[in-house]
Amino acid sequence: MKSNNFFYFIKEGVTSVFNHGFMSVATIAIMMACLFMMGGFTLLSANIQEMISTLESQNQIVAFVDDSLTDDEARGLSVKLEAIENVATVEFVSRDQAMDKFLRKYQDNTLFSDIDSSVFRHRYVITMDDIEGMEKLQNDLYRVPGIAAVNAHLEISRGFVTVRNIVYIVSLALTAVLLVISVFIMANTIKLTTFSRREEIGVMKMVGATNSFIRWPFVIEGLFLGIIGSALAYLLTWGVYEILYTRAQNSATFAFVNLVRFSRYAIPMLIAYGVIGVLVGVISSSTAIKNYLKI
Amino acid sequence: MIKFKEVYKTYENGTKAIRGINLDIDDGEFVFLVGPSGSGKSTLVKLITGEICATSGVVEVNGYDMTRIKRRQMPKLRRTLGVVFQDFRLIDKKTIFENIAFAMRIVGAPTKEIRPRVEYVLDLVGLPGCADSYPLELSGGEQQRIAIARALVNNPSVIIADEPTGNIDPARSLEIMRLLEQINELGTTVLVVTHEKELVNRFAKRVVVIDSGRLVGDGVSGYYSYEE
Repeated sequence: MKSNNFFYFIKEGVTSVFNHGFMSVATIAIMMACLFMMGGFTLLSANIQEMISTLESQNQIVAFVDDSLTDDEARGLSVKLEAIENVATVEFVSRDQAMDKFLRKYQDNTLFSDIDSSVFRHRYVITMDDIEGMEKLQNDLYRVPGIAAVNAHLEISRGFVTVRNIVYIVSLALTAVLLVISVFIMANTIKLTTFSRREEIGVMKMVGATNSFIRWPFVIEGLFLGIIGSALAYLLTWGVYEILYTRAQNSATFAFVNLVRFSRYAIPMLIAYGVIGVLVGVISSSTAIKNYLKI
Repeated sequence: MIKFKEVYKTYENGTKAIRGINLDIDDGEFVFLVGPSGSGKSTLVKLITGEICATSGVVEVNGYDMTRIKRRQMPKLRRTLGVVFQDFRLIDKKTIFENIAFAMRIVGAPTKEIRPRVEYVLDLVGLPGCADSYPLELSGGEQQRIAIARALVNNPSVIIADEPTGNIDPARSLEIMRLLEQINELGTTVLVVTHEKELVNRFAKRVVVIDSGRLVGDGVSGYYSYEE
């Protein structure tokens, strides 16, 4: 590409965005709507998965220490337990603490009023990184000398894993479907805008323009529309999410909903919006005029 | 130079548009191509500009064999031609200057050469000083002059005007035809496709007549007596 052509293409591409104002606005609006929908759904999925993760982290395994171990030996097991794979936190609960907790729970029941701490065992309350590995962790804990019993709610963990997998697959599939639909709509809007300019392309061909000479301004126009569309969609998503976030934080009804801050997804979303917007703009523009270049 | 040798063109729907045409147009000639609607005039022009390819026979345009021309050679061929359309085909969103200048940019003309050349051709077609206007601000006749200026700007060896007066009034039509005659006098080959008998008969030029895809008349009488 000659340098004077390079500046000419840039000028033509940018001028064309303004010259075909209505079509440009339509393309940008469609792009904004599609990206906003897709981004909104992605944020919703991310929040659901985050909530599931929070609930998962509250699921614990209790490992009971053998009665034959002294207090010091029981406390010393924590080092071995922390070294096991998938263990996130280890908390030692002595038999006295266990009894206190038990009595607090059943304080209205006189049957337990003269209970002795010797009926309780020292224990460890363990949380894990990945709930899917609960069964393996249970088996690993059994292999630790000094651990007499392990109490793990495997059914609950399986339930969580199933829900998490379903949410993940459904959100991935819906995001993919939304992406395809959005790309299709955006590409067709751009095709529609170039349809109205087929005569202009025909004239260019007749005066001896090469295909690349004709295509470049369209590509640059598509690039600009893509950048503008994705930037506006990003700002819109950000703004709407911040409003929802603030309302959820200040609402008593949604007090249990702990939304993720937008800043956590700001960079990946900016990149995703930019890449999708620019690629759709550039590829759609250059392929849309393909048919008109055949004369 | 344009040469047709036993050229046939049958469209995909079976329409036989051109049936065995032999025709030579030498450099520097002024030729009227006439015939009734549907006679094959536009097909003949499209064979010259490379928009369609002949079914059989040989079409040669400015040294290019149009039956064997490669797609990448097409822009080079078209730069040797200047095409003027009935509906002008100016780009409404561009100024007159931009409409003409982009034809020069296509051939890679240096930026500093573009403005003086555009001004020269605008002067040649009798419309100096309208470079900053937009096509829709001009009359039909003026727009056609601009289209001729665009066709001329790269100094083509052949100008093909397809019904150049079809959308303008008779007085302006005569002016356009005189302009094309002047261009021919400067050495450019001119092929004018028309069905306006009165206009053709005012000029003593070669007249090629086609009907139903066949060449039915070719003479330099300057008199077009064919009955539609």
